[in-house]
Amino acid sequence: MSRHRNIRSMDFEEECDAFDDVYGHSVEDDYSMSPSQAAFMYNRNNIQIGSYLNSQKDIEEEDEEIESNEELKKAKLESCVEQIRGTLGTTMTRQQIVDAVVGFDYNVERALNSLLNENPKTQESNRSSKVQTEDLPSSKVVGGSSGAQGKTRTVTKGFDVVVQKDVSRLSSTPDSQSPASGRGTPVNVDEELNKKWEPKIDVLAQYKKDRSDSKQHLYMIVIGHVDAGKSTLMGHLLCSLGQVHQKVMHKYEQESRKLGKQSFMYAWVLDETGEERNRGITMDVGRSQFETQNKLVTLLDAPGHKDFIPNMISGAGQADVALLVVDATRGEFETGFDFGGQTREHALLVRSLGVSQLAVAINKLDTVSWSKERFDDIKDKLKVFLKQAGFREADVTFVPCSGLSGQNLVKKSTENELISWYNGSTLLEVIDNFRPPERPISKPLRFSINDIFKGVGSRLCVSGRVETGCLSAGDRVLLCPSREIATVKSITLEDVPYPVVYAGDQPTVTLSGVEMENVSVGYIMCDIQSPVQVASKFQCRIVVFNVKVPITKGYPIVLHHQSLMEPASFSKLISQLNKSTGEVVKKRPRFLSNNTSAMVEIQVSRPIALEMYSEYKELGRVTLRVGGLTIAAGLITKIIL
Amino acid sequence: MKLVHKYVDRDGKGDMSFIPEEMDDIWHAYNLITEGDVVRASTVRKVNLESSTGSGTTFRTRTTLTVSVESIDYDAQGCKLRVKGRNMEENEYVKMGCYHTLDLVLNRKFTLMKMHWDSVALERVEIACNPTQSADVAAVIMQEGLAFVCLITSNMTLMRTKIDVSIPRKRKGFVQQYEKGISKFYDTIIQAILRHVNFDVVKCVLVASPGFVKDQFHEYMIQQAIKTDNKVILDNKAKFMLIHSTTGFKHSLQDVLQDPAVVNKIADTKAAGEVKALEQFYTTLQCEPAKAFYGKKHIEAANESQAIETLLISDSLFRSQDVNLRKEYVKIVDSVRESGGDVKIFSSLHPSGERLEQLTGLAAILRFPMPELDEDDEEDSETEE
Repeated sequence: MSRHRNIRSMDFEEECDAFDDVYGHSVEDDYSMSPSQAAFMYNRNNIQIGSYLNSQKDIEEEDEEIESNEELKKAKLESCVEQIRGTLGTTMTRQQIVDAVVGFDYNVERALNSLLNENPKTQESNRSSKVQTEDLPSSKVVGGSSGAQGKTRTVTKGFDVVVQKDVSRLSSTPDSQSPASGRGTPVNVDEELNKKWEPKIDVLAQYKKDRSDSKQHLYMIVIGHVDAGKSTLMGHLLCSLGQVHQKVMHKYEQESRKLGKQSFMYAWVLDETGEERNRGITMDVGRSQFETQNKLVTLLDAPGHKDFIPNMISGAGQADVALLVVDATRGEFETGFDFGGQTREHALLVRSLGVSQLAVAINKLDTVSWSKERFDDIKDKLKVFLKQAGFREADVTFVPCSGLSGQNLVKKSTENELISWYNGSTLLEVIDNFRPPERPISKPLRFSINDIFKGVGSRLCVSGRVETGCLSAGDRVLLCPSREIATVKSITLEDVPYPVVYAGDQPTVTLSGVEMENVSVGYIMCDIQSPVQVASKFQCRIVVFNVKVPITKGYPIVLHHQSLMEPASFSKLISQLNKSTGEVVKKRPRFLSNNTSAMVEIQVSRPIALEMYSEYKELGRVTLRVGGLTIAAGLITKIIL
Repeated sequence: MKLVHKYVDRDGKGDMSFIPEEMDDIWHAYNLITEGDVVRASTVRKVNLESSTGSGTTFRTRTTLTVSVESIDYDAQGCKLRVKGRNMEENEYVKMGCYHTLDLVLNRKFTLMKMHWDSVALERVEIACNPTQSADVAAVIMQEGLAFVCLITSNMTLMRTKIDVSIPRKRKGFVQQYEKGISKFYDTIIQAILRHVNFDVVKCVLVASPGFVKDQFHEYMIQQAIKTDNKVILDNKAKFMLIHSTTGFKHSLQDVLQDPAVVNKIADTKAAGEVKALEQFYTTLQCEPAKAFYGKKHIEAANESQAIETLLISDSLFRSQDVNLRKEYVKIVDSVRESGGDVKIFSSLHPSGERLEQLTGLAAILRFPMPELDEDDEEDSETEE
């Protein structure tokens, strides 16, 4: 052990010295190593130079005089070393300099010359050691906390959540060190986990190569109050774009007429189960795909009914942009928008789930004879509300349209009443103008599972969204929180096989090595070398919406995290915060009422896979619901276990 | 519960004998017996006898033992109470001081001796021995892929089964898989109902879910019953009640119990009363925060000024192993009653009781606002920093 220690301290002395002199001593250095490692590292403050020299037996052997007038020699040596350092900078290690000085009998000139002569070789080796030193923190940046800090500051979150100042503080606490720390990892995968995650350098290049020739992929969720006409609008859009075969459409028309619900014929394009068609409402998120001029859009048709908001949340967690459909019919808009309507709740939800661009389709304008006043009226009301919800005004577009008659969807309207005052873009153009969000491709893999089924040949298939990183066929992955290891057999994207998929894609993945019983909706599939954190208790910063009863300690809630739904409760109310500044207003409040912001601790009934917001935005958001109402949205700031 | 014998002297020392008759009675017994009490009951003991020649025989015999209680375990599923302690009265099989575990089960008499029967214990005896039959209700609470089958009695909510399966989502061309998954799920629930619900006792079965799951399930169940000619379900068709709930999780049972249609059916159960009281507490907290408090420190302060109108207290606090702590709680209850306040003892087996327990187990609605309590607390927390 002691031999070990010697070698270690020698190595690091060289590296650290060089490193320190160039960059100065920073706090960061301490954190690039674990405390256990640090015990074995060279620390200037602890070991005195003199004692260090004494341990270098070879010096003493070379020149015996040092023994006699040690004091004098040592001082001489020190001044020589200093001089050489001044000329050479830090390219030489101390050991080399000392060797040279002693070898040339304290003649600075000659020692310097000899050093410079052998320089090319040593510099080479020095550079490689330097690269190593820099590697250490940089790999940590990707897996760890500090890299994300810069980004979080620039993020503007919805409803006045300022990204907390204490993120940086939190991230430097021991708990929050990089996820690669392997905390709570299973024994059987320990070896694999001990290898530190390294970003695949070619990922970005590969991504560019793979995807630059195809259209940009965009996931859009359609939201709005029940019966606002979401499915019909989208059904008609798909129909006009030729995505639905004429024959099929004719069949729907016939069948819906038979049921006496002819107005639902377009909705049937997306509502496929018998149950949905008979009731005339969407119950689960419907999916479809279409192409615009520049984009490949995957459409997620969310249910509007308030009982199916859980389904809508799992859909919105996967979306990049949202289309809010409102009913312009007199009275209908008001019921959908005023307290208790889903227009409000949906808009707040998508915002808190990270959607920042929104198009508002003001639907059924034909029922109010394309009145401009009505359009403006609704637009003004929504603008105020959406601003409060945290949408930037530039990111919100309003489009008048009619889903049933298909006005202003793909082509410019033919209605004179509309043309007279509106000459803006059609719905399709608005969709085409959405900016695709940034995809965190170079981070470790995180894949949230939202569906599990038996595929062809009774293989286990999961579908979901690649939140960060990339996934390729043949990869070994870890399913958390059950910590099962699986192998990726094949990947398909909209029924087309792909060798690699990247962040933002929503593929179907065939897995082997796991049983269906051991996986459930809401699980996270992650990189085996930098697994996702698994915990049942975490701290988060929440914004409370409208609540009927105040939130107290022990208040039972349903936690939504990606596609996961878990019963949970508030285990601690840590502090109440000022909504805009984030300052602590009150410590340990007794309760939280409407429209407050607070730091709380949440206990989930069983461990779930999650990440801190500062590290993985996608996996750091939670939504809290009670009794069919969304009461709060939060960002995970600390994972407690 | 049948009270067979009762003797309590002036200091509160005495003994009582009970015969538990319902599942609830075992729960009452669990709440009555504390460590240090003496319990006598008939039990089975394995005895090793060694003859004079040294050959041993082992046999089981039924005998009546008296133990001084050291630990109590409650088994809600098996409806059993296991009382462990040292033997107090020597008999021919068991020596003094031997450990024995008594099983208290339905319809078996047991005698409980206490050094002090406090007011809370006496009240519990009174409630337990009240012969009015309460409604027994079964509840199935579900959402797609998740279901709970529970039995609700006046003092307990017993979760019988949790069914958790993953159902594939509907997707283009894969609708059959979804439909197959859901019918399998419904079949499992029907099996669970048949296994756990005794239709002779249960007055009604609440089927609660968000959305249309409950309707679908009910329809499916009746269809299946007709197909398989299942008399049990067909005869009791009228007992099923479809109620809307907001989620399929267990704590949504609270919403279900608040539904006006349900309240009529189970008006006499403790569960409904508790739900209402807790709801009132939360409303007060919302509207007049200075009139609603929770936590021992606040409650004690409020009690000193005789401000408590309604005290909500979880029975788990009285099961505290620390005798002095229990005494403190009993003192709070007594003094609230003395000053004319109302005391509601929540059963920790109901969802509302569980919730109160999370809320420190102690909450109160006050007669008059006491904002100074809140301020005191803030000062405290500042000094602590």
